Formats: sequence, structure tokens, C-alpha cells
Amino acid sequence: MENNVVLTMRNINKNFPGVRALSKVDFTLRKGEIHALMGENGAGKSTLIKVLTGVEEFETGEIRMAGCECAIVNKSPEEAQKCGISTVYQEVNLCPNLSVAENLYIGREPKKFGGIDWKTMNKNAKALLESLDIDIDPKKAVENYSVAIQQMVAIARAVDMSAAVLILDEPTSSLDDGEVEKLFTLMRKLQKQGVGIIFVTHFLEQVYEVTDRITVLRNGELVGEYETAKLPRLELVAKMMGKDFDDLAKIKPEGVSKTKAEVLIEAKELGRRGTIKPYSLQINKGEVIGLTGLLGSGRSELARVIYGADKPDTGELFVNDEKVHIKSPREAMMRGMAYLPEDRKAEGIIADLSVRENIIIALQAKRGMFKRMSTKEQEEFTDKYIELLQIKTANRETPIKQLSGGNQQKVILARWLLTNPDFIILDEPTRGIDVGTKTEIQKLVLQLADEGKSVIFISSEIEEMLRTCNRMAVLRDGQKVGELEEDELSQEAIMKAIAGGDR
Amino acid sequence: MKDKSLVRRITGHRLFMPLVCLAIVLLANLLRQPDFFKITVKDGTLYGYVIDVINRGSELVILAVGMTLVVSSSAGTDISVGAIMAVAAAICCFILSGGQVSVNEYANPYVLGVVIALVLGAICGAWNGFLVAKLRIQPMVATLILFTAGRGIAQLITNGQITYIRVPEYKVLGGSISGLPLPVPFFVSLAVVILAYILLKRTSLGLYIEAVGINPKASRLVGIKSSLIIFLTYAFCGLCAGIAGLVASSRIYSADANNVGLNMELDAILAVALGGNSLGGGKFFLMGSVIGAYTIQALTTTLYAMGVSADQIPVYKAIVVVIIVSLQSEELRKWFKKKFATKKVVESEVA
Amino acid sequence: MNKKKGRKSILEGTGFLLMITIALFIVMYVIGCLLFADKGFAKPQVFINLLISNAGLIVIAAGMTVIMITGGIDISVGSVVAVVCMMLAWMMERKDVGAIPATLIVLGFGLVFGLFQGFLVSYLKIQPFIVTLAGMFFARGLTAMISQDMISIKNEMFLSWAKYKIVIPLFGRVNRRGEVMYPYIYPSVVIAFLVLVIIFLMLKYTKFGRSLYAVGGNEQSALMMGLNVRRTKLYAYVLNGLLASLGGFLFCLNTCAGFVEQAKGLEMDAISSAVIGGTLLTGGVGNVFGSLFGVLIKGTIETFITFQGTLSSWWVRIAIAALLAFFIILQSIFASLKEKRK
Repeated sequence: MENNVVLTMRNINKNFPGVRALSKVDFTLRKGEIHALMGENGAGKSTLIKVLTGVEEFETGEIRMAGCECAIVNKSPEEAQKCGISTVYQEVNLCPNLSVAENLYIGREPKKFGGIDWKTMNKNAKALLESLDIDIDPKKAVENYSVAIQQMVAIARAVDMSAAVLILDEPTSSLDDGEVEKLFTLMRKLQKQGVGIIFVTHFLEQVYEVTDRITVLRNGELVGEYETAKLPRLELVAKMMGKDFDDLAKIKPEGVSKTKAEVLIEAKELGRRGTIKPYSLQINKGEVIGLTGLLGSGRSELARVIYGADKPDTGELFVNDEKVHIKSPREAMMRGMAYLPEDRKAEGIIADLSVRENIIIALQAKRGMFKRMSTKEQEEFTDKYIELLQIKTANRETPIKQLSGGNQQKVILARWLLTNPDFIILDEPTRGIDVGTKTEIQKLVLQLADEGKSVIFISSEIEEMLRTCNRMAVLRDGQKVGELEEDELSQEAIMKAIAGGDR
Repeated sequence: MKDKSLVRRITGHRLFMPLVCLAIVLLANLLRQPDFFKITVKDGTLYGYVIDVINRGSELVILAVGMTLVVSSSAGTDISVGAIMAVAAAICCFILSGGQVSVNEYANPYVLGVVIALVLGAICGAWNGFLVAKLRIQPMVATLILFTAGRGIAQLITNGQITYIRVPEYKVLGGSISGLPLPVPFFVSLAVVILAYILLKRTSLGLYIEAVGINPKASRLVGIKSSLIIFLTYAFCGLCAGIAGLVASSRIYSADANNVGLNMELDAILAVALGGNSLGGGKFFLMGSVIGAYTIQALTTTLYAMGVSADQIPVYKAIVVVIIVSLQSEELRKWFKKKFATKKVVESEVA
Repeated sequence: MNKKKGRKSILEGTGFLLMITIALFIVMYVIGCLLFADKGFAKPQVFINLLISNAGLIVIAAGMTVIMITGGIDISVGSVVAVVCMMLAWMMERKDVGAIPATLIVLGFGLVFGLFQGFLVSYLKIQPFIVTLAGMFFARGLTAMISQDMISIKNEMFLSWAKYKIVIPLFGRVNRRGEVMYPYIYPSVVIAFLVLVIIFLMLKYTKFGRSLYAVGGNEQSALMMGLNVRRTKLYAYVLNGLLASLGGFLFCLNTCAGFVEQAKGLEMDAISSAVIGGTLLTGGVGNVFGSLFGVLIKGTIETFITFQGTLSSWWVRIAIAALLAFFIILQSIFASLKEKRK
């Protein structure tokens, strides 16, 4: 171990049922260093953090902390804390019903006469918060404060535990610029005190502003560790997205040219507070529009407000030039829309139901409760799509949860194709799917467009976007920042647009 | 290999465990009292312990049908069914008696009493459904309100008296008709089961209920109105409780607000769990619940036959509940798996 | 950081709920005093009788509050009271066990009962409602197993505890014979208030007490902050079991008998008292003194009906259920308002 190293993780492997979440991942953190951990969705950032903090167990590998002779295995957050690892998670982990001071000191309250000394606790809390320039009343319940302030309180708690390692897991996603700046000041202060900070974020600007080093993960594997100053921004994006920068220029877009057709869907200043800033977008018939941007940039959220999965609170939506108010997914379906959600497990599959039921359910819901599709009809449709999409399943009555990820995705696709939509939103349809299936899905998207259907295609992989999209909308920080027309589409242009800035 | 798959197919069948439970109870009876299975024929009607189980289990079967759907759609249980039974029985008797304590002929048409009782049952269920689906109150807490108030309301309706309807026809629903081999309650429960089956399988309601119970988010995205579905299951459960209340009332040709449907809620929940349904919601097996209901009735009848008093029976039932829910517990399974896995490792190392 | 002011919170909302409760109690009591002035509703002893007859319930409601703060519920307490009374009566009358050992045994029983339920809830993660529903039936059945008949307690020591009057030398009244009558209380009231104070202090000033709130507020967060969630919940159920048996003991001091049907529906009284007293069903918020007012409201309704004379006892049930519904819906509205603000 080097002298200034506080934490090393070597050869960490972790499997979830059917998925390899981490494969031989190494990670090194030095004293007084702010170390960014980067990667797209499913890259394994969160899993690595969870393994480190004892929320999840890992199968093989070892973790060492400076000052400990032997390898440590944290079985619970409690143990990790004792080892000097404190974490602030993306979702604020505070108890909303307790006061700020309590949240800061719970589990280690100052005592007097055997009982909790509230006076001292509140006084200490006040001093701690002041030292961090957080001006709030420690006696008030946490739920009275905005998420940003709650985040600061969580950080204050972690800091006060005098941690050797502080993990900040996407702490800035809910903060405004001023608050982020304050957080950075705080981080630099801790850095000087010799605390090693792991900073998980997807905001590139912040990475370049505050970190010393970057570790990139992709698909559960380590891509590499780099010094921030020596890694150009574009190259970082390339590493995260899985293309070596040198290769990029060689691939040409293959999109098929389309004559401008009539407009199917038009959003005017559509938006939803807190998720997507008002945007305007036209979608033509027979067109594939790509939404691109890093994780958390608002690409899913943009699509969700069109479909009614989230209710928009500003703007107007037109379908076939008719103004519509879509308040629920059901209404969107009736207008000929379909939506394949990003999180297949949480929002897509209905795990215990069979392949057949998962396929027919959307069409059934569209038709209505009392117009039940006959068993024969259901089976015919199911067989047709199992055949068409080459779904690998024991039979049509197999519960969908027993299928592989790729086949589950095909079932969900079949579900929507069966409703014969005019407009289909595909949110990360190829994530966690083998290469062969990916290509099939891409072909299918082009085929749909040929049939005159409109598609919104969301993906983290630029290459497949280039293959399928006629036009792309670029998003950054919850805002649509631009559109790229067909002739402008290239890896480089897209990456530049995503990365923003000039670095 | 083929044999193994056959065994597995049998043991893996969702009705396997419920049937095994039933078999165990029946077998225990066979050993203790051989005449348990004796059936005699009198006036074309069958008599015997087994018939008694089928007869007495009818209300439970009816309740279990409603409870199954509630559990499936909302991962919660309706603990007010017993109280709703009392309410339905009370209103029916009140209408038929015209407010008298005891009558020898109907004060109002029979049909009117029955319809109003069923409507009131459904309204009680709808109230529960409103609290659960619209106000998003935990099901048990929401149904707690009627659990507390139900018998009070029933008392209010009957003015605190046990109302007797001494009309022979009133006893038919809970009795037997000569020439009919099985008691009438059995046919009522059969009708409810068939009705529910048709409702669930001939429309897509069954599919919707399961989908909502398994993944409400995904269900919403495919256009299913989750809250409406949950509301409907509670209303239906209330209706079932109303029917069960009428049967129970007919048996004693009266409305006894304190005792109609007493402790039935636990039995109904137990029937659902015994039937192989997860109390965590999702997929449901109506037939499993029906078998579960008969199993419990068989257990109750057995205990009676063994001389256990009515007051003591809950002890055994409670033990059965705890065993079943413990076996369903994920945590316990995980623990066993771990124990088993380490054992295997040790064994292989030794080998 | 200029959002110093903070927004109106659910906590203020629940504080508001508690205020409604206290106001409701006062209004009801005043109405009672006016309506039944001729029957002596305003006598201090009437109020004190409220405490005497509900001493057991106060203790049980305190235990229920603890459980509900963790986000759980226990509907077995009524049956536990029945079995405790029956055990006391049976041991003292049929087995000649002394009053002190008998009391200790039933307290031990409550502890073990709570331990078992707590294990099922916290370690096997079975829904508290199902576990305690089974517990409710188990305890009631057990009561019947001990004895189907009512057993009256004639143990002298026990009766001396039950009838020991503690006179309060305040608010004396002169009766018809010209003697000054002071209001009196029984030891059960003293014990009940002692329990209230201890639980209050525990909730406010111990790590365990605060952990209960943390677990109820957000279990996941509590775990992440390094609290032992399972153990906290287990201890909560153990404590509740102990309090239920203590409540049963106090109950027994009032009735001096054990019988199967005893304390039926008491769990609902305890739950509604806690809810009416401002304890949130979703957990994380609650206060034993709020629950005390919940109990007092229930007691006042009962007293009303006794004084009124013509109304039947089921009106108590209906009135309590109506209050319960009112407060549950109010809580739900507060929760959705909070949700919207976010």
C-alpha cells in the first residue's frame, strides 16, 4: 500500500441473479483526494458504493483501509461507519420526522444523567451547521426544509462522524448552482483536512471543477483511472459511452433519409416542475427521434410527460393538430401512443404473470374490461409475436420473470406492437441486452418508421442512435438544449453537444 | 427422469399444498374417529360429519372468495367482513320484521330484505375501498373502522335486540330442502364461486387484479386504473360478506348482532393463506382459497368433535396461521437457504 | 440558504390534530357538566373515576403508542388483558399462588408474548397486523383453555391492593350528612401515571426512544444511519407486551375477576386512543400524553352514556369508530397535502 492511500478495493466481483453487476473492479482512494466515480446507468457505480458501505455483500475480492492490518468486509452500514466510511446517498437518508439536530447525532447523542442532553445536542448542532455555513434551525424537523438543505444536513452528519472516507453519491442532483458551490467549498475544506472523498455524479462540469482523479466504470467493469487534468472532456464521454475516441471518426451515420411528412405530435413549452424544463418538440410521421444526453439529463422525463406517465404542469400538447389534455397513460394509449419504460423491472414487466398475459395486457386494457379477448385470440397473438420477435421462452405460459433480460424486453415490445400504436416511445430498449438482440431491436425500430409510425428512441449508446435516428434532441441538466438534424449527426457532434462547454 | 418430472409437476401444482393440508386434517380424523366419513341418507338428504363440514363451511367459502381478491389487489386484508355480515343480517331481519322483535310472517317482501342487505354489504365494502384506493390508507387500518363500528351499527339497526324471523321460508337459505341431497348453503357458496369465476375469467378483471397486485406502476403504464380495480375488489368483498351474513342469519332465523360472523375474519384470511395465496398480493388461486376454507372448517369441526369448546378453537387456528405465514416469510427462506448452502459446502469439502 | 423560514409541516399538522383532540375533550366535558349538572357530572370524583376505570387502558394505550411510532400495530392487547386477568384469578384462586408471585408471572408472560410477536415481526418480517391478529386469537383461546367459567378473585392481598383508597385532600365536598368527602384514587391510577411519565421520558431522552421515532420515520434511513432497526422493533414489541400485561393487571384490579369475554375490543380502544391523540398510523409521530387524551375522550363518551341512561352501550363503539374515521381521514388529508407541497 502506498503511504497516502486510504482505501483500496481489489478484484471486486458481485452478481445479482442473472446479472454480473461488478466484475474484477479495482478502486484506489488517496488521502486528501476528491475522486470522481463515473459511468452510465448500469455501469456499476451504485453497486460498488453499496458493496463498500456494506449495504450489499460482494462475492470475491478485498477491501483494505489504511490503518487496518487485514481486509475488511462491511456487513452493514453500521460497520462501515465504524471503519470510517461515511456516505451521503442520492436519495436523502434522513428521518423526516426528527429534528435536524437529532438527524445529525442519532445513535451518538450527547448524554447527561443517563438521558439525552437536548440542550448540548442542539448547541453542538448549531455550531456544526455554522461551521459549514448552513443557516437553519437545528430544532426544526428535517421535513420542513428543502431537499437541498436536507442534503447539506446529511453531509454535515457524515462530516461530523470524522470520516477517513466520505462518499457522496450524486449529492448535487437536487441542488441549485449556489448550493453546489457551497458544497464544493465544503468538499475542498475537507480535502485539506486529509479526507478522501468519493464523488459520484453525472455532471461533467462539476467533475472538472472539483475532482483530482476519475475512475470510469462501464457494464460492471473498470475502464480506467485517470487524472482529471489530463483527461479531455470529450475523451471522458467516449470512455463512459464505450467508444475509444480514435475509432469515432471512422463510423458514418447510416440513417435513411426521410422526406418531411406531416406532424404527428407537437409539444409546445411542455414541462413539469422539478423533472423537465418546458420544451418544444415536433415529431413527424415515420420519423425516429433520438433523445440524447447523460443520465439524469431529462431524456426519460421529456418522454414521460408526453405519454402522461408524469402529468405535465405547463405547456400544450397536440396530436394530429388537435389539442389534447393527457392526464393518464390510458388516455395516451387511446390516442395511439405506447411507452416502453426505462426501468424494465420496476415499470415494465409484471413479474409473476405469464408471457402471454404480459403481451396481451395493454391491448386488453385498451379494449376495455368487459371485452375480454378470447383465449384463442390471446394465444394466436402471443404465438405470432414469440415467432416474430424470436422470443426465447419455454412456452407462452412461462412467467416472464424466468426469461432473460433481452427476452423480457422483447415481450414488452410485443405488448406495445400489439396495440398497433402510431407513436411509440422506447426508453433504453437495448440496455442489458446481448448484441444480437440489440441489432434486432434496432432493425425493428427502422421497420416501424418505414410503416409510417413515429418513434422516440432513447439510448445511452451513440452508435445505435446514429443507426436509427433521423433527428436528435440533446438534453442537459433537465433541459432540451438543442436539436441535431440528420446531416449534422455524427459521433463527435453528438458527444460535443452532450458534453457542452468548450473543454 | 419422467417419473421425477411427474412428481414435480404434481408437487409443484399450486393446489398441491392446500390439498395436502386438507388431506392431513381428514386423515387425522380417520384415525381418531372412523365414523367421521360415515354418511347417512334421510329423506333424500345426506347427513354426516363431512356433509356438516361442507354445510358449515359455506359462509367461509363465500368470504374467502372476496378476501382472495382484496389480498391480491392490495396486498392487504379486509378485517371488517365479520362485522359486515352482522350488519347485513341485521338490516335484512329489520326489514322483514318491520321493526318487531319477533315475527311469524314477513312485514315486507323477502326479496326487498335480501336486496337491501346485499346493497348495504356492498356499500360497506365500497367505503373500505374508498379509504384504501382513494385515500391510500393501509387496508387493515381502513377496515379497522368498520370492524369497530360494524357490530355497533348492527345493534343500532336491531335496536339491541335479537330479531327473530319465525317464517319457515326464511330458514331455507341456511337449511336444507327435502329431496336436495346437500344443504342449501352449499349451493349458495357454489353460486358465488361460479359467479366470481365467470366475473374474473369471462372479463379481464382477474388479469387486472393480478397485474395491479403485482406491479401497480407497470399496470398504470399499460392503461389500467389501479385505484378503480382496488376499489372494486373491496366492494365485491363487502358484497360477499353480505351474502355470507344472510346465510348465517338464516341458519339461526334471526339477527344476533354480537355473534353473526364472529371471528370469521381470521378464518377468511387463514383460508386465503392456506390456499397458497401470498398475503403479499399478486397472483391468486380462487380454488385454493375454497379448499383452504373447507380445510379450516374441517379443522373446526374436528376440534368440536374432539370436545374442544368453541372458545378454545382460536388457539389452534392462531398456531396454524403463525406456521403458514412463517413459511411464507422471505426472511425465513433466505435463512434456510443460507443454512442449507453452508451445509452443502461443508459436505462437499468433506467428500 | 435563504429558505430559513421553512414550510408549514406535517408536524405542525399533527400538533394541530392533538390540539383538536384536547379541545374536543374539554368541549365534551363542559357539555357533560351542563347537560348532566343535576346528576353531578361536574363532581371531581366523576373525573377521577374516569381515570380509575381507564387506568389499565392508559397503560395499554401507552404501549400501543410505542408500537405505532415504529409504524406497527398490535391488536392482541385486548386478549392479552383477558388472559392476564384469567391467569391471575386462576393462579390465586385455584392454585393458591400468592398475589405477588402471580403478578410477576403474568408480567413475565406478557414479556414472552411480546418477544414472540416481536420476533415474527422484526426478524421474519411478517406484517404486524397478521402476527398480532393471530396473537389476539391465541390469547383469547388460551383464556378459555384455562377456564371457561368466570373466576372471581378473593385473595386478600390482591383485594387490599384493589381497594386501597388514596384520598386527595383537595376539592372536598360536604355530603348530606355534613361530612367532608374528599375525592380518592386507587393505586392503579398512580401506576398508570408512573408508566406514562416513564414512557414519556424514555421516548424523549433515551437512544432507544429516539430510535423508535427514527425507525417509524424512515426505516431505510434509520438503517443507513447505523441504527439496528430489527432490534429496535423487537424491543418495542417486548416493551408493549410487558405494558399490555401490566395494563391487564390494572384492569384486573378493577374487575377482580377473570372471564373469557373480558376486555373484548379493548385493542380498538387503545388504537383509537392513540390515533385520536395524534399518533400517525404511518409511524414516526406520536406522544403518550396525546394518547392519554384519547383515552379520556373514550371515557367521557362512556360516562355520557351512563349518565344519559337510555342510550345503549353500542353507541360507545359507534362514536369511537366515527371519531377514529374522522381522525384517520384527517391524517390522510394532511399526508397528501404534505405530498403536494413537495
